Amino acid sequence: MPEALLKLTGVTKRYGQTVANDHVDFEVEKGRIHAVLGENGAGKSTLMKIIYGVVKPDAGEVIWNGQPVDIASPSMARKLGIGMVFQHFSLFETLTVTENISLAVPGTKSELTERIRAASAKFNLEVEPDARVHALTVGERQRIEILRCILQEPRLIILDEPTSVLPPQGISKLFETLKVLASEGIGVIFISHKLEEIRALCDTATVMRAGRVVGVVDPRQETAKSLTQMMIAQDVPPPKARQGSARTAPVLTVSGLNHTPLNPYAPKLNDLHVTLNSGEILGIAGISGNGQDALTRALAGEIRTPPETVMLDQTPIGMHGPDRRRKLGVHFIPEERLGRGAVPGQSLAENAGLTTYHQGLLRSGFIRRAARKERARETISGMDVRCSGTEAPAQSLSGGNLQKFIVGRELSLKPRVLIASQPTWGVDVGAAAAIRQKLLDLRDAGIAVLVVSEELDELLEICDRIQVIFRGRLSPPVSVSQTDVDHVGLAMAGDFDGLVAADG
Amino acid sequence: MSGWQWPVISTVWLPPMARFVLEPRDRVSAFAPIQVALLALVLTFVGGGLLFAVYGVSPVRGIYAVFIDPLTTTYGIGEVLLKMAPLLLIAQGLAIGFRAQVWNIGAEGQLILGAIAASVLAIRFDGTTSALLLPAMILAGMVAGMAWAAIAAFLKTQFNANEILVTFMLTSVALQLLYYLVTGPLKDPMGFNFPQSISFGSSATFPLLIPGTRANASLFMGLFATAAAYIFVRYSFAGYRLSVGGLSAGAATYAGFSSKRAIWLALLVSGGAAGLAGVGEVSGPLGMLQRNISPGYGYAGIIVAVLGGLNPIGILFASAVMALVYVGGDFALLSVGVPNAVTGILQGMLLIFYLACSLLLSARIRRIREEPA
Repeated sequence: MPEALLKLTGVTKRYGQTVANDHVDFEVEKGRIHAVLGENGAGKSTLMKIIYGVVKPDAGEVIWNGQPVDIASPSMARKLGIGMVFQHFSLFETLTVTENISLAVPGTKSELTERIRAASAKFNLEVEPDARVHALTVGERQRIEILRCILQEPRLIILDEPTSVLPPQGISKLFETLKVLASEGIGVIFISHKLEEIRALCDTATVMRAGRVVGVVDPRQETAKSLTQMMIAQDVPPPKARQGSARTAPVLTVSGLNHTPLNPYAPKLNDLHVTLNSGEILGIAGISGNGQDALTRALAGEIRTPPETVMLDQTPIGMHGPDRRRKLGVHFIPEERLGRGAVPGQSLAENAGLTTYHQGLLRSGFIRRAARKERARETISGMDVRCSGTEAPAQSLSGGNLQKFIVGRELSLKPRVLIASQPTWGVDVGAAAAIRQKLLDLRDAGIAVLVVSEELDELLEICDRIQVIFRGRLSPPVSVSQTDVDHVGLAMAGDFDGLVAADG
Repeated sequence: MSGWQWPVISTVWLPPMARFVLEPRDRVSAFAPIQVALLALVLTFVGGGLLFAVYGVSPVRGIYAVFIDPLTTTYGIGEVLLKMAPLLLIAQGLAIGFRAQVWNIGAEGQLILGAIAASVLAIRFDGTTSALLLPAMILAGMVAGMAWAAIAAFLKTQFNANEILVTFMLTSVALQLLYYLVTGPLKDPMGFNFPQSISFGSSATFPLLIPGTRANASLFMGLFATAAAYIFVRYSFAGYRLSVGGLSAGAATYAGFSSKRAIWLALLVSGGAAGLAGVGEVSGPLGMLQRNISPGYGYAGIIVAVLGGLNPIGILFASAVMALVYVGGDFALLSVGVPNAVTGILQGMLLIFYLACSLLLSARIRRIREEPA
């Protein structure tokens, strides 16, 4: 019988009307890898924040090593021996690996370098201590974060969606590390919504839904389907097959796109070529931070280029801004919903006008408020957006519902070209399926769709062709029928020659 | 669940079974800004009362002298309306910029330039009976205020120079320019070398509103600005674009709203309004150009804009309150014998209390009952 390292009983946390954690019981044992599984908004993050001392529960008890504790702050959590690796890294790009770690771990530099080398070897975390962070890949950066955590000698490590930033090959490496950690008697909490990973790695899984624990299971005894049902309590419809035959012709052409971003550590775009056809979905795969942001901005018009670099049919549009391109039928769904796709503090009615004013919402410089409200109402009902009405502020909606609203708004304008960046990122399973189906419907209607995503499974499911972006360079396109996860994974790590599966 | 999370700012422990937490509101009620402004006013009464007590004046008597006495006479009401006019104009202009996160804090300088431009016309055309002189002065004042603010807009859009610093420093330049003009080119040649211009003729001054007071028709400029601001903010596409830019720069870029245009518009509108306020002063209570044109209206206008919640209607009430404090401070100087600095302290209290209380716009205090273990 393994000993309980951490035990939570009856933990409750409310944010206003929402109950983020509702009498949650949770237990982690020494030397075990424990998954916390649930959709976005199920309460996983809140639970981890309570354990790491970021958030204080309204009620309930936290027991650490058999002693009741009141974890008041992250520094207190670290003192107790709880470490956390966040999804978003906090590293200084201009400092070396050792310097970054020395900010959190005491000791002289030479001592620390030795310890880093020793821990790297032991836990299979290859990192060069003297390298500067800006030159490192995302996988290497994550290893620094994990090393920094390990060197503080924790007894419990929390990893928040650690695989979302890794290529497939990096994921198996991470799993080896976590298994070594567990064999050393360290408890590991692994947060994810990717079922296959959890089934491959974890000893126990706590499944959460709507703030409650709905089950504690051995994931190896479950199927992906049974876990999904616990997670969302509903069935997800499979995507419908292509309606009619594909008739395609080039619509949007990018040739020789170069761009040097202001941020010196963001990748430079180097001679990018894209041909986007009508009636197809083209996927751009790649780990985030490889130039996707600049590419989508250049397509949407937030970055201007020489006119002929971006052509719509035979018309140069590189010099046009986003509003002008939208009038020509080029629409963009950005990755960030709050603060880019929508103004957080404004109502849905006001947000309905953000990109659609040029289509009948203005009369001599004044906004037709009734028409705007009507458009918001149509979008809400057309996309089945759950909200309190057209006056609900954008920030009051869940991520998935807001994304449905934004997708609906852009589709209401009958685009000719739709560019979508991470359209289902952070969206719950049901809403993600609905959004994917919308994109497929657009394709069937002859619209040219470009999807940028880190979710390889999603791209392989909906795309006709895929291009891979790596450090600002773009691979030639490959038909999805000629490649697979492993080959795209190789290209995501920079090996563009490996993109096409040899046997086709 | 990613993104910004509400920090646990304070957890105040109370005797055993209860504690209080600060947490975000689900939605902000339309009345919340009014409640917060009233709360700030009440706190200012308390703080002001303490201040009077320090001076050995009964707090009730002191507060009464500042906030009630001026409203008991026609003259007092006239004075409040007189001071309300420039505050209203300036604050409506500034608020439009503030909503777009363009921080013009140099309204004082733009006011001075407006006053100078209007005075040049009044002096040049002294003696005319043309009904066109005053409108021409109004136009000149507005354009001059805009031009002064345009310097900041140009530097901001071309070189990303911080508009807070530029507008603030330009106020010092405007003051020196004024001092030079009233001791040189615009000085009254028959004025015994006093640093002031000639007195303006009646066709260069605003008509009085209420007989026996100094309140004049320049108040209508403020009221007109209020109506215009209300329509601009609520109904116009340009106003919508400005507020999107202010609330979320990322969304404005995504939508394709030009941030340069927003900076120009915000600074031109606020500069123009401040310039108009300058015309109101030289063509109103002063009737000439002199060294002291404004008792800090340009800065008090910032307080009025914030206190009014950047809302055109809120600003209307806030300008009345601030004008009352100006006049009440003068009254208290005479009636209860406290120093003139009390005016500034009360204005400062209003702003600080409002800013402190405005946390309650987005957050509320909730009491948690501990569940018995």
